[in-house]
Amino acid sequence: MKRIPWLTVALGAGIAFLYLPLAAVIVYSFNASRLVTVWTGFSTVWYSELMGDRQIMAAAATSLTVGVLSATLAVIVGTAAGYALSRFGAFRGRWLFSTAVVAPMVVPEVITGLSLLLLFVAAQEMLPFLPGRGIATIVLAHASFTMATVALIIQARLAGMERDVEEAASDLGARPFTVFTRITLPMIAPALGAGWLLAFVLSLDDLVIASFVAGPQSTTLPMVVYSSIRLGVSPKINALAALLVAATAVLLGLAALAARRGASLQR
Amino acid sequence: MLGAPWAWSAVLFLLPLAIVLKISFARTQIGVPPYTPLFEGGALRATLDNYRDVLTDSFYFGAYLSSLKIAAVATVVALLVGYPMAYAIARAPEYRRGLLLLLVVLPFWTSLLIRIYAWMGLLRPGGVINSLLESLGLIDEPLRLINTTGAVCLGMVYAYLPFMVLPLYARLERMDPSLREAAGDLGARPWRVFLSVTLPLSMPGVVAGALLVFIPCVGEFVIPDLLGGPDTVMIGKVLWSEFFSSRDWPLSAALTVTMVAVLVIPILLLQRVLHREAS
Repeated sequence: MKRIPWLTVALGAGIAFLYLPLAAVIVYSFNASRLVTVWTGFSTVWYSELMGDRQIMAAAATSLTVGVLSATLAVIVGTAAGYALSRFGAFRGRWLFSTAVVAPMVVPEVITGLSLLLLFVAAQEMLPFLPGRGIATIVLAHASFTMATVALIIQARLAGMERDVEEAASDLGARPFTVFTRITLPMIAPALGAGWLLAFVLSLDDLVIASFVAGPQSTTLPMVVYSSIRLGVSPKINALAALLVAATAVLLGLAALAARRGASLQR
Repeated sequence: MLGAPWAWSAVLFLLPLAIVLKISFARTQIGVPPYTPLFEGGALRATLDNYRDVLTDSFYFGAYLSSLKIAAVATVVALLVGYPMAYAIARAPEYRRGLLLLLVVLPFWTSLLIRIYAWMGLLRPGGVINSLLESLGLIDEPLRLINTTGAVCLGMVYAYLPFMVLPLYARLERMDPSLREAAGDLGARPWRVFLSVTLPLSMPGVVAGALLVFIPCVGEFVIPDLLGGPDTVMIGKVLWSEFFSSRDWPLSAALTVTMVAVLVIPILLLQRVLHREAS
């Protein structure tokens, strides 16, 4: 095929556009100066200051808890939804079902946040014994939009999978539940892992929905970062941003490995 | 298998929207909850005041209009930037495509807040871009780059570019190269081949990518809040401040219902396009 150099140039420029801002943040997180853009020397002082910040560390712990719980919940519900979408054919109400499953992915976050908060307030009004807003409400809210991503991943994986093994199992007399737990689940296990990691990353990133549904005692990391960067750019936040970028890259590497293992298992 | 996700979606997606609809017909009151009940003493006490405010107040109407406009500009720019990228990846050697695609998608999984923060560091007066231009002697005083509507568009293109590239790539990659070759053999110039073969065949990808960028941009809060100026009025930001600062729940609910109404057609269209792509 004839090469078109300007296409390559456009791709290179596009990728540079995507990475340069993040690279600048990482470089300046190692700057000794408090003045963010004046380079005075290499230093890790902002990292040690970050580790000593109690408020940020407490918020990070909250975010990790919320991320683990909501990703687990999202994988359970999302797998069921993805299975229904790819294996149940044209069941009644499929259209409404698939819209309700996928819509939370694209609906603006302010809408999801506000509507879930109003749900939690109404639930508390009707059932006063429920605990107030806090980690539990953030977990439910996060799982409700990350399960859409999990459902799409599982649906895609099941769509690309031959049904012969499942059919062989049921021909040999296995009940549907046994087929699902002994055959389907192990075959889609890598997709489950990838879905969990993506749901976890999405939960860790969310500011808007958490701000709506959080209680007074539950502040997540993005909420602390947001209130801090509204006041301006700070070297400590640069250090935190660099760590988050590194953590995301590692998690995505794991998700990619899990997906690749899944693809090779199928061959 | 079907019951659990159905119940989940009903309780955590459909029911909340119904509650928003209900509260949008209430009045504010001081107390817990901060809105009046819809039924009192067996009588319906609904009001359309909130909708009248949303639809007739030029502030809210203007916020909707400028949200749609800013999102549309960002979508067009993202298409112009993203199409050549998707095309280049689709025509790259097969063993390289996975890596290139990963490079494009990776930033999307980094926190939006962090990515917008990175642009704050670049754009602010005394930031990386202004210092660079000043040291090169191109400008004498810092340019006003941040807190502008242009910065908001830039941030949106940056944040949602992967959403544009992915569906375009999926479409372009499956395209039969012999169609292009046939047009070339028949004497069409490269631009002519692109305009009459490649572009029309990639239209479903263009529509899917444009909707995936446009829909979240309309209701975006973080980007206009951190990169926009006082004259950048977007509906997501207005909704946030009506709720958190003015504490007007019924009005916020009416704004949400109107936003869903504005976005429902693009969302249904997206659902159809994605569904057809999948089958």
